[in-house]
Amino acid sequence: MAKFRVCPDSGFYFDKSAESLMKVNAVAGAVFLLIAGILALGVILTRWQEVHLLPADLFYQVLTAHGINALIFWVIFFEIAILYFASSTLLRSRLAAPGWAWAGFALMIIGAVMNNVAVLQGNSSVMMTSYVPMQAAPHFYLGLILFAVGALIGCFVFLGTLVIAKDDQTYQGSVPLVTFGALTACIIAIFTIASGAIILFPTFLWSIGYINHIDAEMYRIIWWALGHSSQQINVAAHVSVWYLIIGILFNARPMSEKVSRFAFLLYIFFLQLASAHHILVDPGVSTEWKIFNTSYAMYLAVLASMIHGLTVPGAMEVAQRGKGYTKGLFEWLRKAPWGNPVFSGFFFALVIFGFIGGITGVVMGTEQINLIIHNTIYVPAHFHATVAVGTTLTFMALTYLLIPVLFRRALFLPWVAKMQPYVFAGGMTIMILFLLGAGTLGVSRRHWDMDFTGAALSFEYPGTAYMMMAVGGIGGVLGVLGGAMYLVVTVGSLLFGKKLEPSAGLFQSFGVPLAASAYNIDQPDQLQMAPKLAVEEHGSGGFEAPGTFVLALALLVCFVVYYAINWDYLASVWPMG
Amino acid sequence: MTEEIHIPKPERIPFFQRMLDNPFLLLFIGVAMPTVFYVLWGVMEVATIPIAK
Repeated sequence: MAKFRVCPDSGFYFDKSAESLMKVNAVAGAVFLLIAGILALGVILTRWQEVHLLPADLFYQVLTAHGINALIFWVIFFEIAILYFASSTLLRSRLAAPGWAWAGFALMIIGAVMNNVAVLQGNSSVMMTSYVPMQAAPHFYLGLILFAVGALIGCFVFLGTLVIAKDDQTYQGSVPLVTFGALTACIIAIFTIASGAIILFPTFLWSIGYINHIDAEMYRIIWWALGHSSQQINVAAHVSVWYLIIGILFNARPMSEKVSRFAFLLYIFFLQLASAHHILVDPGVSTEWKIFNTSYAMYLAVLASMIHGLTVPGAMEVAQRGKGYTKGLFEWLRKAPWGNPVFSGFFFALVIFGFIGGITGVVMGTEQINLIIHNTIYVPAHFHATVAVGTTLTFMALTYLLIPVLFRRALFLPWVAKMQPYVFAGGMTIMILFLLGAGTLGVSRRHWDMDFTGAALSFEYPGTAYMMMAVGGIGGVLGVLGGAMYLVVTVGSLLFGKKLEPSAGLFQSFGVPLAASAYNIDQPDQLQMAPKLAVEEHGSGGFEAPGTFVLALALLVCFVVYYAINWDYLASVWPMG
Repeated sequence: MTEEIHIPKPERIPFFQRMLDNPFLLLFIGVAMPTVFYVLWGVMEVATIPIAK
């Protein structure tokens, strides 16, 4: 018999099994974020040419581990926690097959550790992409495969929980929007993991000698169905979290359920096709394939992101205006709780994701202007805007929300938590903007030495490129400091934070359930009678959001100007006549 | 942490949305679309490149 507790502060219901699984997945994610953050410092201080900290071998090793820990392990562990929250908690349902969920978690841990060990041993510095014919140690691939299988189990536990909730009638009609967004992330994850299996399993066999050849172009196409789609899981997940945060902080409902849901549907149809922009300069595939997948399908996914970019702040504005913040265009925004890291983290993530990540993403997805920046440092700058700020900062903001609600601890050093989103977003924005500039000047990504010391053919970047990499490095160090502040607050809260529940001890912070007396609710009778929170129901908020429309127009102007500048720049790359 | 809870009248769920309330239908669409347009189409193009002699 499932047992639930209700959080007295938020009103959320937690199934005992799901609660433990959310905790362990979130904590595991934070551990891999810590590893990724420490390694990030090595990458930043080496690409900052005046510092040039690490020797070449160590740099590529560190860069490989940083990429995989940040882009795969940290985000997917945290996303599994979100899937369990969005299904079990938001639908007030028991979790399906908790035993399988624990088995999936164990596989993910074993896989992540195995992969890290392989990279640490030094024979697998093949970058996250592990392009063939570069070969890593067999346990590098095996680790990724085990991790993927574990994550796949997590996805099916989520789907199973949706089925149980429907059967138990814990909700009526459609699932709430946040759960629908999580479902979108889950669907993209299943495609991603299947693609990973299709390409990584033969690559594993190749690494142990059972297959003697893997076609490099075939590998690139299928691998990017894993590599880029894994980042689309992040997009769907963090957009869902945005709706969750505005629902909790402002009691906001989406401006239009129908429109927001349609935007998630566009993600399901088209978002994964954007993987093709990594293949835009590859000779083996046709222009038709490239242009359909990027300039047609991808723009429909971009349209979906623009819809969310409008409706999330718009819904918040509608809610704020409903509370009387109606003066001028932006009183609703000025009077927002900027001292609350849940809000500031979410809002910075939204703005930087939209203004920088979104606009640069469209530039990268356009076949012609992609040529200017393909495989330059512009690419990491773009995905640090989307993943390192868009997703990671959103998840950081959500953590501040969940520490009291899920872990039943008060925030440790709340003044540090208050400053953290400003330091992280500020540092990362400096880094991203200057790396975008350096990339436009042609600085390569994944390259140890901008000076090309000892190269047979010499090449000199302009002095401005060195300056931009240096300022970007300063921003990156600030970003790492912001990441460290997050970990100090979160780990400190779990270890030393004031207990909000008498039984919320040390072990309870790491997955052990609270005292049995806390879980005093049986499903389903009492749950059905409980009033629903805004994020647990259907409903639209309305369209009275003039401030948001002004912000959207500002985004449009920025996009048009930047897009035109890139076409102009393209025209000057190969002068005619 | 939350504002006062109010219980508004539930919104009518549109027909199209009800049709798409089946997560497994969405899963099929979400896997089939990129498999056909990205993976299969791309792999077929690579597979049909003539082998150099």
